[in-house]
Amino acid sequence: CLSGIATVTKEGGGNDVQWCFSQVKGAIDDDVAEADIISTVEFNHSGELLATGDKGGRVVIFQQETENKSQPQCRSEYNVYSTFQSHEPEFDYLKSLEIEEKINKIRWLPQKNAAQFLLSTNDKTIKLWKISERDKRPEGYNLKEEDGRYRDAATITTLRVPVFRPMDLMVEASPRRVFANGHTYHINSISVNSDNETYLSADDLRINLWHLEITDRSFNVVDIKPANMEELTEVITAAEFHPHQCNTFVYSSSKGTIRLCDMRASALCDKHSKLFEEPEDPSNRSFFSEIISSISDVKFSHNGRYMMTRDYLSVKIWDLNMENRPVETYQVHEYLRSKLCSLYENDCIFDKFECCWNGNDSVVMTGSYNNFFRMLDRSQRRDVTLEASRESCKPRQVLKPRRVCAGGKRKKDEISVDSLDFNKKILHTAWHPQENIIAVATTNNLYIFQEKVN
Amino acid sequence: GNRAAQPGTTQRAEGDDSLYPIAVLIDELRNEDVQLRLNSIKKLSTIALALGVERTRTELLPFLTDTIYDEDEVLLALAEQLGSFTVLVGGPEFVHCLLPPLESLATVEETVVRDKAVESLQKISQEHSPVDLEVHFVPLVKRLASGDWFTSRTSACGLFSVCYPRVSSTVKAEIRQHFRTLCSDDTPMVRRAASSKLGEFAKVLELDYVKSDIIPLFTALASDEQDSVRLLAVEAGVSIATLLPQEDLEDLVMPTLRQAAEDKSWRVRYMVADKFSELQKAVGPEITKNDLVPAFQNLLKDCEAEVRTAAANKVKVFCESLPEDSRETIIMTHILPCVKELVSDTNQHVKSALASVIMGLSTILGKDNTVEHLLPLFLVQLKDEYPEVRLNIISNLDCVNEVIGIRQLSQSLLPAIVELAEDAKWRVRLAIIEYMPLLAGQLGVEFFDEKLNSLCMAWLIDHVYAIREAATCNLMKLVEKFGAEWAQNTIVPKVLGMANDSNYLHRMTTLFCINALSEVCGQEITTKHMLPVVLKMSTDQVANVRFNVARCLQKIGPVLDSSALQADVKPVLEKLATDQDMDVKYFALEAISGMYPFISLTFQHISSQKHFNSPLYCFFFSFSPCCLGYRRLHCVIVKFFKHYLWMSCIYFIYSCIYLFIWSTCTFLKGSSDAHFPQVDMIL
Repeated sequence: CLSGIATVTKEGGGNDVQWCFSQVKGAIDDDVAEADIISTVEFNHSGELLATGDKGGRVVIFQQETENKSQPQCRSEYNVYSTFQSHEPEFDYLKSLEIEEKINKIRWLPQKNAAQFLLSTNDKTIKLWKISERDKRPEGYNLKEEDGRYRDAATITTLRVPVFRPMDLMVEASPRRVFANGHTYHINSISVNSDNETYLSADDLRINLWHLEITDRSFNVVDIKPANMEELTEVITAAEFHPHQCNTFVYSSSKGTIRLCDMRASALCDKHSKLFEEPEDPSNRSFFSEIISSISDVKFSHNGRYMMTRDYLSVKIWDLNMENRPVETYQVHEYLRSKLCSLYENDCIFDKFECCWNGNDSVVMTGSYNNFFRMLDRSQRRDVTLEASRESCKPRQVLKPRRVCAGGKRKKDEISVDSLDFNKKILHTAWHPQENIIAVATTNNLYIFQEKVN
Repeated sequence: GNRAAQPGTTQRAEGDDSLYPIAVLIDELRNEDVQLRLNSIKKLSTIALALGVERTRTELLPFLTDTIYDEDEVLLALAEQLGSFTVLVGGPEFVHCLLPPLESLATVEETVVRDKAVESLQKISQEHSPVDLEVHFVPLVKRLASGDWFTSRTSACGLFSVCYPRVSSTVKAEIRQHFRTLCSDDTPMVRRAASSKLGEFAKVLELDYVKSDIIPLFTALASDEQDSVRLLAVEAGVSIATLLPQEDLEDLVMPTLRQAAEDKSWRVRYMVADKFSELQKAVGPEITKNDLVPAFQNLLKDCEAEVRTAAANKVKVFCESLPEDSRETIIMTHILPCVKELVSDTNQHVKSALASVIMGLSTILGKDNTVEHLLPLFLVQLKDEYPEVRLNIISNLDCVNEVIGIRQLSQSLLPAIVELAEDAKWRVRLAIIEYMPLLAGQLGVEFFDEKLNSLCMAWLIDHVYAIREAATCNLMKLVEKFGAEWAQNTIVPKVLGMANDSNYLHRMTTLFCINALSEVCGQEITTKHMLPVVLKMSTDQVANVRFNVARCLQKIGPVLDSSALQADVKPVLEKLATDQDMDVKYFALEAISGMYPFISLTFQHISSQKHFNSPLYCFFFSFSPCCLGYRRLHCVIVKFFKHYLWMSCIYFIYSCIYLFIWSTCTFLKGSSDAHFPQVDMIL
């Protein structure tokens, strides 16, 4: 299988890609408004649209400008297409709980007609949004002029039927469905099924299956809530449907395991059909072992053969046919192992880093601290650390690889572990489904990088 | 109407009054308020009629074609309207003008709108001449079938079957080709649509093509990689089986259906179980005996509870439709053993599905088998830990009553009923109450009096209102069954006894019972026994009881004779109408106005005591936001107002004077707010 990947990556380019700056979105000030913090980033299936959600409950959609032949280097410019308030802060009066408006996840639906659809969720409520264009509007009233002045009813001698006339393009976002009251705990994942009619939503203890057109009913497929909450030992951290097999989904747990469920076997998937777990290395065991082994994200590869998991220090790639250990393991920031104590104290150890695949599954990307993000090339087993920063914001400037000094003597160009800024973290990244264009969210800025075109 | 239908010929210099309502309707087609747009769309035929056929075709339809940005409910109404628009565009000759708007509606993302558009397209396809069908309709179907987005391709799936029978053989071949293409579409949505329309399409195809075209498609869809597609093929399989001659079934359909019954996905097996009786009918008795019986046994023993539930639901229908000659043998040797296992299934839904049909087996098996084999199962289910199972058995007692008589069961029935009657969940109690009249009818009056009467009375003082309410309704049904004499001897004394209860909720229950029982008990019992109690309660210290007395009197009024109405009821109501409590007064006045429309003096008497009650004064007050509470009072008074229009003139003058004085006072006091509390106190 490895040779298969290698042939693919020759076309894809992998780490030979030189990444250069394309755009940065968001305010430049240093003091960040809480509401502006980006909480999720997602390309649609064609890559033409890029959606971000933030802590203020807003969704911003960027559209890729149509290719300009005379200036090929400008092809990946993304401009704001639509902005809307997806969720509002709410208060649950029965439980005396505030429900934040923060967008936890956005998932695009496969395109079904000229409009685009996406699901967005906060902790409790999932909403289906339609984003559509309108370039015509009706004109002509019987009883009033176009400016609103009323006509004398006595002067009406004939009937006028309104006529549609072209107008400036208008993009509208309208809520189509609200899937509420399905979750008692906080929703951490949503995933659309390949059957195009259902999706799943996962909270800390349960996974529900919804039909995209039915809002008043959902089926609980996984429930790991123990009868006595004191016996609770693990929670669900992420869940995703297989990209092609409509009956298969996986969910990861805080204990570092991934369970694969087959919905064909039974209506309730409490019994998994596969359990992916790597035996623990006893020599590495410490107070933090369990915390850092918690999986913060799980993603199937586009071809459906592999899945990638992100825990605090590493990225693992699993073959769906091999449950006992991952086929590949990549260290993301191993140098932090010695700093776990202070990371525990400042709560950073609970940060949930996400990860993503490139279009042909040959490279994976995930974030780190100090606005660093990592590109891990699977075929060449090479990796590179890049930085999303204001300093490298010149058009088409090539990103220089960064190195962190892991101890010992610090070489030139290396950054010492102690000088890393743990407040600057890259949790959310996204890769264009076909091209080498990536979107990287720092706290309140969205950076777009692309492959350098010669 | 006629004049407006041809506005071109009737244009006049001055405005045309008849155009105005139409003009409003047209303008509201693009109103910002969805409700107004919806209203206009629903009156689209009126608009079209006014515009005439020519302008409908050239102006209205192009406009409608472009309105697909609207809300779903507007689009749904539009899609429906267009299905019966043929006359309005000039008859069948011009029916193709309706295709463009329906085509755009058939591509929207909302399934309900698309389905409605397809339905309307199917409808108007019949109004196309064969030539128009090929020139206009078939090209539309082809366009949809090869559309970019799956929404249009799914819509196309439903349109093949309506045009196929009426087109030339070349076009037929093209249509078959298009359908084949859609069956192997990339998106599961389209394959699902094709799968669900396969049976419909097969019905209009020539038998040879069913065998050569449909069967391979059916086989392919039934082994699709997505189980959501496979499960829809099951239903298609049933339809196809009805079309084929018996000798072809075994080769062409059965292998696929057998495979579906053993599919890896429980959803597909569920579908087989759910469609089992249709399937049984389609394949005939021989295949049923050889194939379906073992398949059904497997479904009853399936590892997934959802499948067992679906199969259990079909037990009775399946057994009923077995070929008569071998029915009893098959049931006794193959089905009953599985049923016995299901009775003690681990899943409550399986058991309750079984409980809802198992009684039906007794009519099929006859008395002896029922007593020997089924009765023990009924008894087990009557003792089941889940109330739903017990309820389902009890609700179907009538079947078994016919065969062996209910006495056989009554000994076990009683504890089950008592337990349900005292269940901690009020919805369970509610359910058993609803079966009481049925049970009473089957068990007979003696058994009822002895065992169940006390339960029915106990429900009257349940702490949940819904139960008390159902219990009063239950009493009424029992009296309908057992007669007024029975009521007088058994329940009426008990009900009336509650009038002295210390709990006012129980006292009110007496009134509610009287409301329900007066009519079925008749005039004598009502006047003699019930009325005195009601009248006595009019002095109750709790206002809720008093105003319910007023309501009760109004309710039982029609049953009472006129002397009692005049002599006993009227004074009490009049007294209640002067009650201190606002609500008591309201209901008393309402009762008076309902029962004695000509006792104007009473009212005058009341209103003269408190001039604030004058209609216009209250009318005025009812609009004042601080006095919303008086609206109900105002309603009553407005009723009078309508009855006595002449009196209103007097009141009007009267009120004007009062208003004048009042506003002067207010003005002098300088604050209108300061005045209202005083009025409150007086009222």
